[in-house]
Amino acid sequence: MAAATRPFSLFRNASAKIAALPMILTALGVFVGGTIWTIVYSFTDSRLLPSTNFVGFSQYARLFDTPRWSVSIYNLAVYGSLLLVFSFVVGFLLAALMDQKIRFESTFRTIYLYPFALSFIVTGLIWQWILDPGLGLPKLMRDLGFEQFDLALLGNPDTVLFALVMAGLWQSTGFVMVLMLAGLRGIDNEIWKAARVDGIPAWKTYLFIIVPMMKGVFITTLVIVASGIVRLYDLVVAMTQGGPGFASEVPAKYVYDFMFQRANLGQGLAASTVMLVTVFIILVPWALFVFREKKP
Amino acid sequence: MSDITMTLPERSLSAGPRGAKPRRRFAPSTIMLYSVLIIAALYYLLPLYVMVVTSLKGMPEIRMGNIFAPPVDITFEPWITAWDSACTGLYCEGIKVGFWNSVKITVPGVIVSIAIASVNGYALANWRFKGSEIFFTILLFGAFIPYQVLLYPLVILLRELGIFSTLTGIVLVHTIFGMPILTLLFRNYFAALPVELFKAARVDGAGFWQIFLQIYLPMSLPIFVVGLILQVTGIWNDFLFGVVFAGSQNYPMTVQLNNIVNAVQGVKQYNVNMAATLLTGAVPLFVYFVSGRLFVRGIAAGAVKG
Amino acid sequence: MHAPAPIVADATEKDTATSVSIKDLSLSFGAIDVLTHLDLDVADGEFLVLLGPSGCGKSTLLNCIAGLLDISDGQIFIKGENVTWKEPKDRGIGMVFQSYALYPQMSVEKNLSFGLRNTKMAKDEIARRVARAARILQIEPLLNRKPAALSGGQRQRVAIGRALVRDVDVFLFDEPLSNLDAKLRSELRVEIKRLHQTLDNTMIYVTHDQIEALTLADRIAVMKGGVIQQLDRPLTIYNRPANRFVAGFIGSPAMNFLEGELVETPDGPAFRMSHLMIDLAGYESAEPLRTGRRVTLGVRPEHIALSSEGGQDAYPAQFELDEPMGADSLVWLDLDGQHLSARTSAGNTFDPGQELHVSFAMPMASLFDAETEERL
Repeated sequence: MAAATRPFSLFRNASAKIAALPMILTALGVFVGGTIWTIVYSFTDSRLLPSTNFVGFSQYARLFDTPRWSVSIYNLAVYGSLLLVFSFVVGFLLAALMDQKIRFESTFRTIYLYPFALSFIVTGLIWQWILDPGLGLPKLMRDLGFEQFDLALLGNPDTVLFALVMAGLWQSTGFVMVLMLAGLRGIDNEIWKAARVDGIPAWKTYLFIIVPMMKGVFITTLVIVASGIVRLYDLVVAMTQGGPGFASEVPAKYVYDFMFQRANLGQGLAASTVMLVTVFIILVPWALFVFREKKP
Repeated sequence: MSDITMTLPERSLSAGPRGAKPRRRFAPSTIMLYSVLIIAALYYLLPLYVMVVTSLKGMPEIRMGNIFAPPVDITFEPWITAWDSACTGLYCEGIKVGFWNSVKITVPGVIVSIAIASVNGYALANWRFKGSEIFFTILLFGAFIPYQVLLYPLVILLRELGIFSTLTGIVLVHTIFGMPILTLLFRNYFAALPVELFKAARVDGAGFWQIFLQIYLPMSLPIFVVGLILQVTGIWNDFLFGVVFAGSQNYPMTVQLNNIVNAVQGVKQYNVNMAATLLTGAVPLFVYFVSGRLFVRGIAAGAVKG
Repeated sequence: MHAPAPIVADATEKDTATSVSIKDLSLSFGAIDVLTHLDLDVADGEFLVLLGPSGCGKSTLLNCIAGLLDISDGQIFIKGENVTWKEPKDRGIGMVFQSYALYPQMSVEKNLSFGLRNTKMAKDEIARRVARAARILQIEPLLNRKPAALSGGQRQRVAIGRALVRDVDVFLFDEPLSNLDAKLRSELRVEIKRLHQTLDNTMIYVTHDQIEALTLADRIAVMKGGVIQQLDRPLTIYNRPANRFVAGFIGSPAMNFLEGELVETPDGPAFRMSHLMIDLAGYESAEPLRTGRRVTLGVRPEHIALSSEGGQDAYPAQFELDEPMGADSLVWLDLDGQHLSARTSAGNTFDPGQELHVSFAMPMASLFDAETEERL
């Protein structure tokens, strides 16, 4: 009797490996390969087509010399911080209210979340129309006699970002609310009973007990919302096309325009590499947090 | 303890509250609570209301009244125009072209991406091999890479494969970018199934595909529905990939909608624009309202998509 | 980490009296050793129970025998055949799981035949085997039902039937009763024992429940930390535990452990506590007792007799409290500063601090070296 020969290790689990091939190709070929390609070619003077003429950091130097890029970064920072603060505060408040054993909970949730199912293009166009200076909300305000109340957000370089934030909040607050509500529901009911027996007021329980317990939910939500913010593109294209002037330009649009419309590939690649670095600055602390939590 | 109860007079014990604690139906705090919830609901609902009423008004009425006023003269003309004859640039064939393009992209995109990701997730959950977790980690990090970083490498890849600006190309792109979140979704679902079921099937002599097709598939309908919801809304709502990879003859509905509404030339027909916008949002909204809780589960489980 | 040992095909190793034979088996996950140099022989038709606390490696060992886990070193033989590298389906084993692991979307009939349908067996042969298993297990009326429509006991029978139809040599049970309530558990325990008598198959049964182990097993292997602590007949394990761990793990209420010193007296070796000197006459040690070292005296509560008057070999102890358990009562005492529990018939009442006298059934006691914890 002979022992079954141990199959050669590459062919053990052969079906599983073949089945995982698309994942391996995507992970290595697209995600790793594509990222390396982009970083490498961001150091070239590629114009319409990729070239291998390396020019060091000059694309990056030009990038940060370009006012349109600086404006884009500034816009993204303003839009991002406003969106984060408001969506978290409002999202958590709504979730806390929804958690009070209210009636029609699922109706309210359905209403708060439906914008999230829509395309940013649709959202952008809806708010473009609502904020239309000629016929939208600003006109209504004027008709009602609020002459000084100038709501022409979209036409004014100083206020156009607030219009974007308004639309962005409309789309994403429900999403934050749902994640927060899931976090609240995940908290042991006995915490509430203990707090009640100890006579701690509800707001104090939320602030000092519940919120610290939801650290994980907060950080995960933060990462998801933040990495979505970095990608901000469709909403701007639909709502403002970057205008007036360059007042609402964002990095993702800068990349697209330089790559596909202005035949300045090297510049677009350098800009996208900066975006990548930004995302990883957001991501790394989160990854560290997650891995630390996993350890006992 | 016993001393204290002894000293209490008998009378005061029986005179205290008795029976169910009375409830106030409309306590001030309850009214506050619902007021806030309703005001928030109005903020979310008003834009939808504005869209609907605008799309049912004629242009003169839009210019005269305000955007919140209900339509006096209900007309469906804007809807017909939007569907059949709205113009993008030189072509005036309506948004129906984009609708059918989106269908042609979404249907195969959803099927292919779910088929591949479900098998991936199953392999990761039950058939780990050396390096499988590393590939999966890379895949997850990939979900956070800004799309702009990968756009041009993918353009080159699709050109090399000869499928740039084709339906096949855009379906492949959606499969790639849907993979991280879907694989995570399926992997977590399969990993949560009782591992003893898998062991029992192996003792019974079933292999990789038999276990997947005969044991796991029939008991995984909910997660496939979640994946379906995620992908239908995700692919339908996509704009960027459609613009870059689909080619102008295959532009999805979102791209065409943007081209119609933001067209530079001509007089803006707000009613037609809003009808077209509603038509574009109709498919994901339909999916959303029909799926209810499963949609919530999908975004909570696979919230990575952002 | 060991390289896999070279497997030598050796016809002389074929031993029909042994059903399952494990030689020098080791398993480690990374740096963690789960099983170390484990040897185990299970006789044909034997009911062997692997018993131990959670994390002791008993389920892991069972999964290794089934082929569901790849081992790091050693060999596994089933019916004399080396199955170390074989797939689970090719090992001639059937397995019953804690959750039963019935395929939820398949009817009972399909559950039973699934394993056979994965081979190239003829349809009528499959039907014949399913019918036979259903008859033996008395589940014929249930064949068209889905698992969700079965009771816990019926599910377990189907799970056993799945192994039965495949006509396997060895049944592996992975805590099959742990999910059930106490009443059903004791019923099914009897059923499993009956089934073993009917089928006369080799059965390896993993549990953490000592009652199951004591009632079912021909032999019990008590495991801890990936090592078999003692492998013997149930009563031997109960009465002559090989070390302090086995002594403490088996038996409920638990064995008493008294700490003291082994000293020489004119009447032979004795056990000295702080003040008391307990005579060890009657204790059967494996070797002559070496005095002058720290030892632990283990006595089960039922091997302690209580009396109100002193007598020969009766030692004074103070009553602390009692735990009535219905038929009898567990009495807690203070014996020379150490806690001691004794089982007495119910109905005795004592006052706290009351002085009683205890005497030990020394032939049933156990002495352990305080350092090695091995039986003396």
